[in-house]
Amino acid sequence: MINPDDFDFIAKLVYDRSGLVLTPDKSYLLESRLVPVARKHGLKGLTELAGALRARSVQLIADTVEAMTTNESLFFRDTKPFEQFRKLVLPRLLETRTSKRSLRIWSAACSSGQEAYSLAMLLMEEGPKLAGWNIEIVGTDLSTQMVERARAGVYSQFEVQRGLPVQMLVKYFRQDGDKWQIDPRLRAMVKYREFNLLSDLSPLGTFDVIFCRNVLIYFDQATKARVLEQTARRLPPDGVLFLGGAETVLGVTDRFEPLPGERGIYRVAPPTPPLPSPALMPLAMPMPAMAAMGGRR
Amino acid sequence: MKTCLIVDDSTVVRMVARRILGELKFVTREAVNGAEALESCARSMPDAILLDWNMPVMTGIEFIEMLRCMSGGNVPRVLFCTTENEVGRIRQALDAGADEYIMKPFDSEILHTKLDQLGLIDA
Ligand SMILES: C[S@@+](CC[C@H](N)C(=O)[O-])C[C@H]1O[C@@H](n2cnc3c(N)ncnc32)[C@H](O)[C@@H]1O
Repeated sequence: MINPDDFDFIAKLVYDRSGLVLTPDKSYLLESRLVPVARKHGLKGLTELAGALRARSVQLIADTVEAMTTNESLFFRDTKPFEQFRKLVLPRLLETRTSKRSLRIWSAACSSGQEAYSLAMLLMEEGPKLAGWNIEIVGTDLSTQMVERARAGVYSQFEVQRGLPVQMLVKYFRQDGDKWQIDPRLRAMVKYREFNLLSDLSPLGTFDVIFCRNVLIYFDQATKARVLEQTARRLPPDGVLFLGGAETVLGVTDRFEPLPGERGIYRVAPPTPPLPSPALMPLAMPMPAMAAMGGRR
Repeated sequence: MKTCLIVDDSTVVRMVARRILGELKFVTREAVNGAEALESCARSMPDAILLDWNMPVMTGIEFIEMLRCMSGGNVPRVLFCTTENEVGRIRQALDAGADEYIMKPFDSEILHTKLDQLGLIDA
């Protein structure tokens, strides 16, 4: 059992570095994931690990934070968002970006790359329509190990059967023993890099579409709001944000609003107009009407 | 409720498949080889067929080739479910008219997502 002081210290460190929230009921998770990290660094147990962390060993801190991330992912996760992307978002972008002929998509928290590669496959399926277009998909994650896996694009038999239609498997993967390697053309479409969502997002530039799925669920309200507000600045007015099935902007930030009629897709909210100053209001305005004007949307 | 015909010569595989499909609210039928499966389809076409490759009497490939020639034989969505995991085999199955392909060992999540993509899971 980890002692409460060490738990608090490690939980705070992980929170500061990644935004991941570890409540005391997660101490079993912390133990099961960090004992191997301690061993790897030649430390006997969690007490020694906490001691070394207090001494600020950089690699150890990185490994500890990384070990607490949950990296589960699958191809075309939840199906629906990818349909919405293909049927609704992409056709509109192809129209509005037709003179620029360029498209940038971001898979924020890409884990082992399934989300970014799913998008690459959908774009590839568009075929000649996208010939001559400059398409860039950027996949980022906090975890070094995940970014390396995503870059390699090699998946197990189990992974390629989760969410990936077999026709796509045959078309876009090369079999290598019991592993499946993604097509070099798709690999070339996606650039992966390590990136922490808590850091300044502006170096990434702007994107037409952002997939930020199944990562906000691990953050507290304040962190969610902060990440979403920064994310809004990475989108043009007609850009869209996809969130995971259990995530929403409602009650978190007013920088985004749901795309009418579409679940899970958001656009940047227009700035709220300043309230009319009382001096300009007709004097005889009845009270209920004034109340209605005061309410925000 | 959707129906699924499970075609496999292994009692254990049929049992596992029956349990998973039951959880996914399918009514299941079973056959131990392609010939039995053809008889079952002749009586009535299921919505889905979970099909092993290597079976005595009639293999999965022989079965699907005949099924796709039967009247109404294009209706069932056919998911191969086999230990054959060479990409050449997968292509052969797709050419013969398979809709999906599961490489054993599989689990309920794999079966679920594949059926979902074929539009066979009621929301
Ligand atoms: C469950 S995966 C989501 C993968 C994919 N987006 C999906 O929906 O399938 C969550 C990922 O978020 C990453 N993550 C957690 N905190 C992060 C942070 N502060 N910055 C960047 N990535 C983070 C984890 O490393 C993990 O790979």
